[in-house]
Amino acid sequence: MIEVPDLSFAALAPLLLVLGAACLGVLVEAFAPRDVRHPVQVAIALVGTGGALVATLLLAGTHEVTAGGALAVDGAALFLQATIAGLGALSILLFAERSLDPARSAFVVSAAVPAGSPRDRELVTTPRVQTEVYPLATFAIGGMMLFVAANDLLIMFVALEVLSLPLYLISGMARRRRLLSQEAAVKYFLLGAFASAFFLYGLALVYGATGSVRLSDIRAAGPDGGGDVLLVLGLALLVVGLLFKASVAPFHTWTPDVYQGAPTPVTAFMAACTKVAAFGAILRLLYVAFGTAEWTWRPLVYAVAIVSMVVGAVLGLTQTDLKRMLAYSSVAHAGFLLTGVLGLGGGGEGSGLAATMFYLLTYGLTTLGAFAVLTLVRDGDGEATHLSQWAGLGARSPLTAAVMTLFLLALAGIPLTAGFTGKFAVFRAAIEQGAWPLVVVALLASAVAAFFYLRVIVLMYFSEPVADGPTVGVPGVPTTVVLAVTATATLALGILPGAVLELAEQAAIFVG
Amino acid sequence: MGTVPAEGLLAASWLLIALPLAGAAVLLLGGRRTDRWGHLLGTATVVAAFVLAVACTVQLAGTDGRSADVELFTFISAGDLDVTAGLLYDPLSAVFALLITGVGSLIHVYSIGYMAHDPARRRFFAYLNLFVAAMLLLVLGNSYVALYVGWEGVGLASYLLIAFWYTRPAAATAAKKAFIMNRVGDVGLAIAIFIMFAQLGTTSYAGVHGTVGTLAGGTITAIGLLLLLGACGKSGQFPLQAWLPDAMEGPTPVSALIHAATMVTAGVYLIARSAPIYDLTPTARAVVLAVGALTLLVGAIAGCAYDDIKKVLAYSTVSQIGYMFLAVGLGPAGYVAGLAHLLAHGFFKAGLFLGAGSVMHAMDDSVDMRRFGGLWRKLPVTFATFGLGYLALIGFPFLSGYFTKDAIIEAALDRDDVWGWVLGGVAVLGAGLTAFYMTRLMLMTFFGRARWEDGLHPHESPTVMTAPMVVLAVGSVFSGALLVSVVPLSGWLEPVFGEPEEAAHVVAPALVGLVVTVVMLLGVLAAWLFVGRREVPVTAPVRVSPVTRAARNALYADAVNESLFMRPGQWLTRALVWFDNRGVDGAVNGLAAGLGGSSSRLGRAQTGFVRTYALGMLGGAVMVAGALLAVTAG
Repeated sequence: MIEVPDLSFAALAPLLLVLGAACLGVLVEAFAPRDVRHPVQVAIALVGTGGALVATLLLAGTHEVTAGGALAVDGAALFLQATIAGLGALSILLFAERSLDPARSAFVVSAAVPAGSPRDRELVTTPRVQTEVYPLATFAIGGMMLFVAANDLLIMFVALEVLSLPLYLISGMARRRRLLSQEAAVKYFLLGAFASAFFLYGLALVYGATGSVRLSDIRAAGPDGGGDVLLVLGLALLVVGLLFKASVAPFHTWTPDVYQGAPTPVTAFMAACTKVAAFGAILRLLYVAFGTAEWTWRPLVYAVAIVSMVVGAVLGLTQTDLKRMLAYSSVAHAGFLLTGVLGLGGGGEGSGLAATMFYLLTYGLTTLGAFAVLTLVRDGDGEATHLSQWAGLGARSPLTAAVMTLFLLALAGIPLTAGFTGKFAVFRAAIEQGAWPLVVVALLASAVAAFFYLRVIVLMYFSEPVADGPTVGVPGVPTTVVLAVTATATLALGILPGAVLELAEQAAIFVG
Repeated sequence: MGTVPAEGLLAASWLLIALPLAGAAVLLLGGRRTDRWGHLLGTATVVAAFVLAVACTVQLAGTDGRSADVELFTFISAGDLDVTAGLLYDPLSAVFALLITGVGSLIHVYSIGYMAHDPARRRFFAYLNLFVAAMLLLVLGNSYVALYVGWEGVGLASYLLIAFWYTRPAAATAAKKAFIMNRVGDVGLAIAIFIMFAQLGTTSYAGVHGTVGTLAGGTITAIGLLLLLGACGKSGQFPLQAWLPDAMEGPTPVSALIHAATMVTAGVYLIARSAPIYDLTPTARAVVLAVGALTLLVGAIAGCAYDDIKKVLAYSTVSQIGYMFLAVGLGPAGYVAGLAHLLAHGFFKAGLFLGAGSVMHAMDDSVDMRRFGGLWRKLPVTFATFGLGYLALIGFPFLSGYFTKDAIIEAALDRDDVWGWVLGGVAVLGAGLTAFYMTRLMLMTFFGRARWEDGLHPHESPTVMTAPMVVLAVGSVFSGALLVSVVPLSGWLEPVFGEPEEAAHVVAPALVGLVVTVVMLLGVLAAWLFVGRREVPVTAPVRVSPVTRAARNALYADAVNESLFMRPGQWLTRALVWFDNRGVDGAVNGLAAGLGGSSSRLGRAQTGFVRTYALGMLGGAVMVAGALLAVTAG
């Protein structure tokens, strides 16, 4: 007989809203007539994610463990859930854009048709839209929100799969450049499965060593300062699984290929939300389960952070495709985020948690905005992502170029943008914990990375436009909203970050 | 009696600056929409500022101590440095505020006519408004930092306006020259302010002047000399005078307002305002005297040789400001005389420039006096107003220049030592030269045979241009007598410079007046003998005496500047460029190449094959596990 665990429905409301919306979406997909599906699906997904955002804000201050100890609803979980729900809602808006692609959607009508077949060519131009992406993305958002609240390794694994499987699928749904998109999906799936296997193996080892999958029990059973080979090996494999999701070098290899191949709204979604979820889980795993053994993993995270920053910044230099460039930027930013992770003492003291959460929010907003701009610049073959095609964009489309410039400056961490505030916060937290050599490396890497961000700006403003260059589409309401929100937030969090930083500081608590 | 917090209208004196600034902002940001009425708005803001300045001054006259402090906001707060932005409305700044807004209003009105057909009229008025705002900040600020902000602001406005017709290479070059030579002076001013902050911890007038006595003598002298360097740059004094005549490339109203009446007198204001500093350093004061006397002669000599009407007036300005420097260099005895001359000069020189503009307007923008002649019949109003300005400038008895220049000469003689006689002699000689070159200008422009280019039909300017000229001419006639005897400036400025002391005159003032008048008449006579009696050749004669040649080259000031500053500067630049290219760029490019190379090499790991990626992940995982185990074991 299985006992029903105690469930605090109030604390679970955000999760229930999103997952409920996803299930409802599946039903709509099955039963609603085709011509009304798109608006209904978009509405359901937006209500689900928007409702979840409101619910997390209403729950602010909650601090409890529920669902039989499997879920922790604490400040950090709620802040990250709110971030994921908000960024998720913005991503859904990007998915719903219908005025940019001549065929009215960035997604293929039928993903199962072999790429390059006559039927496939026919489908490229058909104005039919496909609406399965909405419930899939909503499931992924639900998984991410569960991921950051998981207080139990098994729940964490389930959440990992719930967020990953839909992502594998929707990565392969680009309407144009089908082969590239399918290749991306398969690569992501294979490597993701590989990483999940690591995570699962690590889970088994940890269970073997401690007899529990509950984070608090692991902390209680764990050795102070290490010693237990089984437990340490388990930790290593768990960390590998999570670092893969966070695209930290050397587990980043999938990132450029998948970012490039996936439909751009999906890339935006992955870059913004997956990063938040993965870092939420990393923080919880390291500090709640292994906080007492911090000197076991601290050197490792230190080294991985350096590798990630250097690899991301250096490899970004020679990229000629904007999506790949932003992918390497994401790798470098993962390294910066890890410096924030190190800005926390083993007992949870220090400002590292608040700083990292704030950084996740700013990075998510900025990168989402940057990818949204990418969807605007198009040529006959879809989005024009090659660097050379952006030459002289400032003269032909000043507003687009200005908005992109803002996002690029924020990614480079130039003052008066959100990127600077975020970087400043994590670097300060790291220095407070004595990790100043890491911060020095981070600053050097920032300087190198600034080159490839600024190169785009230079290209846009100081180069002659190419003769048959791309056109800049006039975005519909959804993309306009996304651009307005992300650009405003990027500026506002750079100039007046006080309120949000304070919120992050108040929320920086783990229960357990 | 100290400074009191401002009340009533005085508390609103920041509007003086805000009004023209708002005008400039509207005109610059409003774009073409403001083309039709922009010039009227620009003029209205300055006229409003003038009305306000008059009202403020009237209120100030009734205030105890006649000094009002207007606190605005904290401007810079960094560490120990705390600069409060505030205004100081005292008799000295009031005089300048009235001059700037008064003459400024007239010149705005004049420009409505002068710039009527210029396509960029709106931009012109915007810059002019910007200038007025910056100049008012310069004279109204209550600290050296506020003055510096205004100082740079007028420098910018001057640059923009000299290069207003920036498609002419000459205008663009002149603007650059003015800007760069001003920069030399500005560095001096900036360093002086740094020293004040470093040594005294404050930059406000009250703070600096109150505590400057605690400094070592050498430091005070250094501050005084650095301030003087700044003043020389802005006021076109030796050795930084060469930019001012070139600045005449700007539209004539600009020459009248900025390069004659107001901005170029900022140096005099700076030295007068810093009187408590100079009172403590005879050395710096002596240098001020020397600069003034030298410039006075250099300007007057160069003025004798030029054929360009605006350049003659420009050198005349250089020379007259030399008089003012000479006066303020004399110390307490000379401040009032110098400022009186400054005000009177503001009237007659602005009037002369506007007159010159009117002549150019009639002569199709020609400035070559050799192609003028006989214009008095065609331009009667211009001739009359210009003539009055001319008489005032040369110090014709009982016109303004007579009173104010004589006061300076008397103050110099009153020193009662050898230097007093030398300086007085220089000033008298200068008066003679002034009479010579101005008479030459009058004769070549208005009298003699008409030597106009074919097809020219000179005509009088519209009323909107002549009216300001008339007003200024009236000012030129009466301002001197007004300032010296009717409403003595010395009484008004007493709260700033102290009680005017009754000097024991070495030479009776009446005798001085007589001598100066005689010398002046000799100058006029000489001019008539050299110029008026003969036919003026249409092209300048080539075979001339070495003196004339030197004067035509402005006593080789440009050549000196070139060999002393420009050439070494160019060598230094070349050396730095070489170092930058070879050393700095080499290192940077090498680093970039290294990073790019490693990027390509690392990039080869990104094969696109899942098997490679998976292997990489496996390797990473092994390393992670190994590292953790190593840490645990160790």
